[in-house]
Amino acid sequence: MTKYTMSVKEFLEESRKGNINFLDFAAALLEETQKLNKKFQLLREICDIRDRLYLNPPLNGLPISVKDCICVKGVQSYAGSKILEGYIPTFDATCVDRLKDNGVTILGKTNQDEFGFGTFSTNSGFEVPKNPLDPLRSCGGSSGGAAGLVAALDYPHVALAQSTGGSISAPAAFCGVVGITPTYGLVSRYGLIDYANSLDKIGVIGKSVHDVALILSIISGKDEKDQTSIGEKKDYSKDLSSTKDLKGVKIAVPKEYFQNLEEEVEKEVWNAIKKMESNGATYEKVSLKNTKYGVAAYYIIATAEASTNLAKYCGMRYGMHGKLEGNFNEYFSTVRTSGLTEEAKRRIILGTFTRMAGYRDAYYLKAMKIRTLIIEEHKNIFKKFDVIASPSMPIQPPKFKEIKKLTPVENYQMDFLTIPANLAGMPHLSVPVAKKTPIGLHLTADHLSEDKLFKIGSVFEKVR
Amino acid sequence: MPTPKISVETVKHVAKIARLELNSKEIRKFQKDLNDILSAFREIDKINVKKVKPSFQPLEVRDVFREDVPEPSLTQEKALSNTKHKENGYFKGPRVV
Repeated sequence: MTKYTMSVKEFLEESRKGNINFLDFAAALLEETQKLNKKFQLLREICDIRDRLYLNPPLNGLPISVKDCICVKGVQSYAGSKILEGYIPTFDATCVDRLKDNGVTILGKTNQDEFGFGTFSTNSGFEVPKNPLDPLRSCGGSSGGAAGLVAALDYPHVALAQSTGGSISAPAAFCGVVGITPTYGLVSRYGLIDYANSLDKIGVIGKSVHDVALILSIISGKDEKDQTSIGEKKDYSKDLSSTKDLKGVKIAVPKEYFQNLEEEVEKEVWNAIKKMESNGATYEKVSLKNTKYGVAAYYIIATAEASTNLAKYCGMRYGMHGKLEGNFNEYFSTVRTSGLTEEAKRRIILGTFTRMAGYRDAYYLKAMKIRTLIIEEHKNIFKKFDVIASPSMPIQPPKFKEIKKLTPVENYQMDFLTIPANLAGMPHLSVPVAKKTPIGLHLTADHLSEDKLFKIGSVFEKVR
Repeated sequence: MPTPKISVETVKHVAKIARLELNSKEIRKFQKDLNDILSAFREIDKINVKKVKPSFQPLEVRDVFREDVPEPSLTQEKALSNTKHKENGYFKGPRVV
């Protein structure tokens, strides 16, 4: 317990009434964040929040942490990579800009896998965040620092995160907190240091469904600076408390999502589904037969796009610099070789290979076609059902020494539950099956049906 | 299509295109990893997608147009603020020829 232990809702209420001394609040929050960071390595940069208070309504200075790959003006942004060391953005990402307009305090930048390349936040050029529920275990990834900070920090706080293939759901599940990955294009990607353009989504991690719904309402909406921005805007948190039960909610439970699971995970997620049933929902077992192609299709698309995106890091205009020696090819190669970690190099090589003449149609184009089938398969399910329910991750958070033993193929396979929704660009919510428990119930809905997820998720939170 | 067997030469060639220098240990490691990964990806050989259209985006994205109105852009000073290699208001790069 801290002096400021309160929910986001309570914080907004107290600050509106003028009951919070912000100088004291900021100093206490800064001290607590620094203390936690020593213990769990959750943040890459901590801002001196005493100089960065935006106290205007409606959020009245609510603390927000930002995943390292999302640009904040004047704050070093590395996206977890040494190749960006020294890079200080001269502008705010659109989502950060909107939050500042609504009165938030930017707490700092949270640790992640380099450019999002990982499931456990262990593929970083810097510190590896430790899970506050058990520091010998991973926070999940790639938004590991974000989820870890939400779990550890006993202050009103919400985290901006980002997912390409499961980087919000995985850490939210492992740290026992809530994560929303919205529809592709709902939140502008302007100011996001990209991984794979056709897959990247900025989302939110928080302590409750209400908290993530509140922040998503602010950061979503049309942005001229991102041509894939959809332009949908709703107040997702407004009517949340008025939904009392799950009457009429139809849940699809795909059998392919209940294979190769850790026993405890399977048991707990079934319990969660039964709890939703006893609160009025109905469920039916279904089949998503293209699930087995998801991991391959995802890694082909994601690495192909990443290998082109990462071509811009060449040590000239920002980030890591070398001595201007040799010709341009030698110079670029020297900087890239010293600035990128092994996993980044592996993904660049894989992605460059599958785009090469002779292989492009067999891999890249085929993966794009499989994505079509996965989208259609999901659309068919949503003709009859409101949501798909599954576990967020097949396992509970592993120990760091167990992660070291995983081969790349075993590692990629860990994402098989989160990949289909990410490939299809469909919104998904991870809610812990019980408070502070590292197992997530994963709910996926049709494009732009975030409101459904929040309503179902917030009822589940009460009855779990 | 049969899984291509990735040779040491292929890894070296791809690394060169991607502007990465790999030592012999890394080349052997990536050769093994790539072969393992691509053989696991053979799963997709089992599905026929001849008549399926590719989805380059998860949602249909249409061209977006706006009025062509000049707006203030990044100043020269800001654009150069993150580089160590600059001269007379320009980026200074490595030798080209």
